[in-house]
Amino acid sequence: MRNAFRKAAALLAAGALAAGIAGCAGKPGPANSPADGNASVARALSGTVTVYAAASLKETFTELASAFEAAHPGTKVMLNFAGSSDLATQISQGAPADVFASADTRNMARLSDASLLDGGPRNFATNVLEIAVPRANPASVSSFADLPKPGVKVVVCAPQVPCGAAAEKVEKATGTTLKPVSEESSVTDVLGKVSSGEADAGLVYVTDVKTAGDKVKGIPFTEAAQAVNTYPIGTVGSSKNKDLARAFIELVTGSEGRKVLADAGFGAP
Amino acid sequence: MTTSRNGTANDTPDASPDSGGHGYSGVPRWLYLPAAVGALFVMLPLAAMLAKVNWSQFIPLVTSAASLDALGLSLRTSAASTVVCLVFGVPLAMVLARRPFRGQRLLRAFVLLPLVLPPVVGGIALLYTFGRQGLLGKTLELAGIQIAFSTTAVVLAQAFVALPFLVVSLEGALRTAGKRYEAVAATLGAGPTTVLRRVTLPLVMPGLASGAVLSFARSLGEFGATLTFAGSLQGVTRTLPLEIYLEREADADAAVALSLLLVAVAVAVVGLSYRKPGRQVAA
Amino acid sequence: MTFRMTARVHGRLEARFTVAPGETVAVLGPNGAGKSTLLAVAAGLLKPDAGSVRLGDKVLFERDGGKHGWVPPHLRGVALLAQEPLLFPHLSVLDNVAFAPRSAGQRRATSRETARRWLAEVDALDLAGRRPGQLSGGQAQRVAVARALAAEPELLLLDEPMAALDIHAAPQLRRMLKRVLAGRSAVIVTHDVLDALLLADRIVVLEKGRIVEEGPVREVLGRPRSAFAAGLAGLNLLAGTVTAGGLLVSGPGDAGGQAVSGTSDGEALAGEPGVAAFPPSAVSVFPELPHGSPRNCLPVVITDLEPHAGGIRVRAGELAADITPAASAELGLEPGMAVYFVVKSAEVQVYAA
Repeated sequence: MRNAFRKAAALLAAGALAAGIAGCAGKPGPANSPADGNASVARALSGTVTVYAAASLKETFTELASAFEAAHPGTKVMLNFAGSSDLATQISQGAPADVFASADTRNMARLSDASLLDGGPRNFATNVLEIAVPRANPASVSSFADLPKPGVKVVVCAPQVPCGAAAEKVEKATGTTLKPVSEESSVTDVLGKVSSGEADAGLVYVTDVKTAGDKVKGIPFTEAAQAVNTYPIGTVGSSKNKDLARAFIELVTGSEGRKVLADAGFGAP
Repeated sequence: MTTSRNGTANDTPDASPDSGGHGYSGVPRWLYLPAAVGALFVMLPLAAMLAKVNWSQFIPLVTSAASLDALGLSLRTSAASTVVCLVFGVPLAMVLARRPFRGQRLLRAFVLLPLVLPPVVGGIALLYTFGRQGLLGKTLELAGIQIAFSTTAVVLAQAFVALPFLVVSLEGALRTAGKRYEAVAATLGAGPTTVLRRVTLPLVMPGLASGAVLSFARSLGEFGATLTFAGSLQGVTRTLPLEIYLEREADADAAVALSLLLVAVAVAVVGLSYRKPGRQVAA
Repeated sequence: MTFRMTARVHGRLEARFTVAPGETVAVLGPNGAGKSTLLAVAAGLLKPDAGSVRLGDKVLFERDGGKHGWVPPHLRGVALLAQEPLLFPHLSVLDNVAFAPRSAGQRRATSRETARRWLAEVDALDLAGRRPGQLSGGQAQRVAVARALAAEPELLLLDEPMAALDIHAAPQLRRMLKRVLAGRSAVIVTHDVLDALLLADRIVVLEKGRIVEEGPVREVLGRPRSAFAAGLAGLNLLAGTVTAGGLLVSGPGDAGGQAVSGTSDGEALAGEPGVAAFPPSAVSVFPELPHGSPRNCLPVVITDLEPHAGGIRVRAGELAADITPAASAELGLEPGMAVYFVVKSAEVQVYAA
């Protein structure tokens, strides 16, 4: 039963991917022939690299993918964004990813512990929490110390998700107890509550505040240093195009990647 | 919903499945194949989930404080939203089924809208209505009523998506029952309220009951609108579906165990109280 | 209390209708004549486009120029007994009958006492504990009568109460109705002349929403003026213009243009519209024109032959003749044959239409 289920899941995933490629590319990509396997010559790179990346990397990785395709004509970067744990689960179930970029080390460790990675992962960015408030800042929040005050409606992520774990860490380190009105399952839900004015403040990552644009205002706080979140990236062991995967990782961890990530609010590892 | 209710019950042969013999079914044999595929399509994923349950951890997982809080909250809010649906849905169904008026089709379309609307959209709409910055929310807040992040918000979200089930079910039952009994009752001196209480509602009781059960079941499964509108806090707004969604991030075993719990509760509610369409209590 | 209504329901009814205190009126007419519409207006289930409905001094409905009035069904004191019993399936027989007294404000125990009394009145006390689903059609309709009577209506409306019953249950219910309708103001819509004869004081014939004939039962059935009433009375009816010795038949039928001699009641004046009526049993059938007798001879074409009360009824369009099977065989009658219907003048009644 269990085996049959897995097989069916793998079949479904493969089918979905095939349909995805056909749907996006419109025509088959250049053949990925073994003769082109010289990694040191950038011009020789071709084919498609599939990158599974944490949802918080959507903007930066989309930009980096375009840069990559421009730098290596004939290549195509397929991006798949979702929660890190969902992506790790999919890859461990055999999803055809070449690169995995996680929003935390825990999910990356899940893959390396199961020997599903090619080589060790590399940390390429960090992220810290910031207080997000509605643009009008109705509760006049200006510091982390304002959050536990009565009458301030604070929304955080649940401890089960990375942003919530980070918030909990900050709370512990500073000896503060927040009484959130809601513990959301995702950053998006926290930002939604803040930007709509339902909540007076939310704890999310710096990059999330940047992404949310001018609907919310970010207030950095020094206590955030207690919970620095590190983003690792690695090549998936079952990848059929490891050269391309490595080249993409080079771009992300290189100076261009650093710049794009820094613009989005990410810190250096 | 109900079969003929005229008093002359002996005029027609009893075709109930309880009586002996086998009637002509009129089901072509090839129909069984797609029917079986359809049944499998629903049952197989449930079976697959069952196969994934970590049985050694099942009891501790479903009896953790967070799980029990979520289950208790789900049952309480679903019961409350069913009451809300009854209080507003019965009059709505009556108006839709009994009195033709201008804009009736439009009203029906709007009442049924949550059936096809993604629940998230419902949540957003509720947010802009009852939220702190919403249409009614500001007024309510001035009156000292805060709905955001409260259990009330969960009940509102559930009632919003569950109401159409009650209205559709009851309107159908009302139309099938027809107005003749009500007309007779009126000529016997019963005022409209008496007719509603002593004739109409008893007549459509099976439809009303199945509508209420469907509403309860829909409330139990409500996720999107709650997530968007009410938030997620253990014991206050985190119902079982939200708990499952959250646990999925951290502990897949717990998510599967809780899913099974939800399926069991739903099957118990629907299976035990949903009447087969076409059967009736009386006569 | 006299019930008076004048009602116009567009395309369905345009009639002035009265029920005297204690009188039972039978409303007859072909399907779609507006009989049920008339009852619905009386019961308050349908608002007419115009007119007025009064029960005694009480204005039940009025829409006439600037005047408006409306009393809803439950405050009218008008009960309706439908073709189907429509017993409330979720209530016992006793509680069905107790429904009206309960609605009128009686306590449960008192209302059940009242219900028992009315069940006894229709000989159905033994059914009190049953559910409507456990009753036969006849039993259910008897209970429905008791339920309507328990409302103590000032006017009782019956809409073909016997129509849904089998042939054995109908006579029993009819006997019971005769007992309970005595002295009550009631309107009974029916297809059956027997209902009119046994239950009604007066007949109203509706056709296409209009009253075409009304009067005491005996008069309408004895001297019908409409084809429908003549059919009920089992008489042949010819319409035309009154002449000195009889009637000049009008219309496109077989007898159109024929002069018929008959006995006039003396009130019919020559030149005015009138009818000639005669029973089928008075008609003889001849294959050829008989000679030398002072009789009416109508050339007709046979449309049908059917058994009738031990003999044969020969139908020719609107007209009918009753003869013995032997006579029919001797003449070799069959549909399509041209024959003469012959009737003595003494058998033909001529009166004003």
